[in-house]
Amino acid sequence: MKYFKEIIIEKCIKLLAMSTISILILIIFFIFRQGVPFLVKYGLPNFILGQKWLPQENIFGILPMIIGSLWVTIGALIIGVPIGVACAIYLVEFSGKHTKLFFKPAIELLAGIPSVVYGFIGIMVLAPFIRSTFGGSGLSILTASIVLGIMILPTIVSISIDALSAVPLSYKEGSIAMGATSWQTIVMVLLPAARSGILAGVILGMGRAIGETMAVIMVTGNSLKIPSSTLDSTRTMTSNIALEMGYALGDHRAALFATAVILFIFILLLNIITMTVIKSKKTR
Amino acid sequence: MKFGKTASIFFIFITLLYFLTGIGAKSQKIVRLAGSTAFLPFAEKLAEHYMKTHKDITVDVQGGGSAVGIMVASEGIVDIGMADMLSLPKETDSLEKVVVARDGIAIIVNTGNPLKNLTLKDLTQVFSGKVKEWKEIGVNLSGQIRVISREEGSGTRKSFDQLILQSARLTTDAMFQDSNGTIREAVKSDPNSIGYISIGFLDSSVKAISVDGIVANNENVILETYKISRPIYFLFKQNPTPETKNFIQFILGKEAQKIIAGDGLIPVVKI
Repeated sequence: MKYFKEIIIEKCIKLLAMSTISILILIIFFIFRQGVPFLVKYGLPNFILGQKWLPQENIFGILPMIIGSLWVTIGALIIGVPIGVACAIYLVEFSGKHTKLFFKPAIELLAGIPSVVYGFIGIMVLAPFIRSTFGGSGLSILTASIVLGIMILPTIVSISIDALSAVPLSYKEGSIAMGATSWQTIVMVLLPAARSGILAGVILGMGRAIGETMAVIMVTGNSLKIPSSTLDSTRTMTSNIALEMGYALGDHRAALFATAVILFIFILLLNIITMTVIKSKKTR
Repeated sequence: MKFGKTASIFFIFITLLYFLTGIGAKSQKIVRLAGSTAFLPFAEKLAEHYMKTHKDITVDVQGGGSAVGIMVASEGIVDIGMADMLSLPKETDSLEKVVVARDGIAIIVNTGNPLKNLTLKDLTQVFSGKVKEWKEIGVNLSGQIRVISREEGSGTRKSFDQLILQSARLTTDAMFQDSNGTIREAVKSDPNSIGYISIGFLDSSVKAISVDGIVANNENVILETYKISRPIYFLFKQNPTPETKNFIQFILGKEAQKIIAGDGLIPVVKI
């Protein structure tokens, strides 16, 4: 009797686990079923290399948005990674116990702020500041990069802290014993030892940056031109989908799903890279 | 173990409550509306008003945009589709249509911009990107003109393209915002920008400019001297249900039209 009960509970939990996976499979199936026929019809090279997006005239080229997504994501990394890693080094190496107890949860709280709030601060505070300091309209790649850079901080900081704390104390002790300064120890011993962990955090942050939609719609201006400077307005793949999905019918709708397919492939590649990095960490 | 028991009782209770409330709402007759985001706030207000006097009917209002309104109305998913467009597409040929209100579109600039009036021709040139600097159209303001438009598929955008751009294309430098409110916010903070919003959304934070010397306000739209306006359509299948018919009659009635006029749209019936 007891044995029988065990089996039932086991099966139930198995079923619940399977349902999570099946949702993922359903989403992939749905996006691809809607998007791939359009990609075949329109031609993949035409779609990803086309420079014009004019749905009313049946011209669908997402090159400006691919470039936009890349600019914004790289910008976010340039701003977020140095700050994030520096913050992690400070918390692991220099800060007192109490500071760390306060700082770590506070930084993780950043992850809980809704993205629309980040966008709002971006549009009300950051955009006017950037317009008056650097020129341009203020709704630009730079603004989006700063906003996203802050948004990916929690990911980078908490994973980097874990990676840095996992470095054996003997490494540090050895380095100090050899006469290295704190700075030399950090740059030459700690960072290289925690390299793969920090890299995994950076790549996860990158995934968050490339997938962010709401805040990006609010602060980039959503222009359809290929940007030529960081003060130009741009549109990312995610904002394109979110902006137009409500209205789109027929081929236009299919083209938005096709945009999602391309985005999905981008994110899949990122995840594969993350997995490889984490694996290489274990084998070292 | 004790915690687990409490938690599971709580969970079952919430689940039951969830389903019970779902069942409770279904016993009434429903009129469903969907479509135009420009008319959405008005439709919600009118529906609320209507339900006060018709307790047995639920009016369910959703947005989605004009294109969605047309699609769901022709597929019969909703009873009434809302669309704010100058000319309706072919898919609506088989549907009954009625104009429930009109809405003017105002061209807006930053309050720091000395511009007061533009000709229709200048507007076309500005929005198509043939004119790139404010100085070229005689405005004493340094720097480039930054055009802000609505996203592809919006009813306001479609009407604007048809009325102002005509055969020209929107400039590739244009930036996009996805609602009247966000365009107003963008123009308010950027001294070099120009955009367009519903007249009902105008306030003192931005400046509406005259077109061909005609001020953008509801009086001039009613007189048809201010040309930039579009009708708001209700689309429904032939032989609608009595509830649907009744709701449309209510919308076209004096009381509802007064509410429409009070909030900045232009009524179609004399009030």
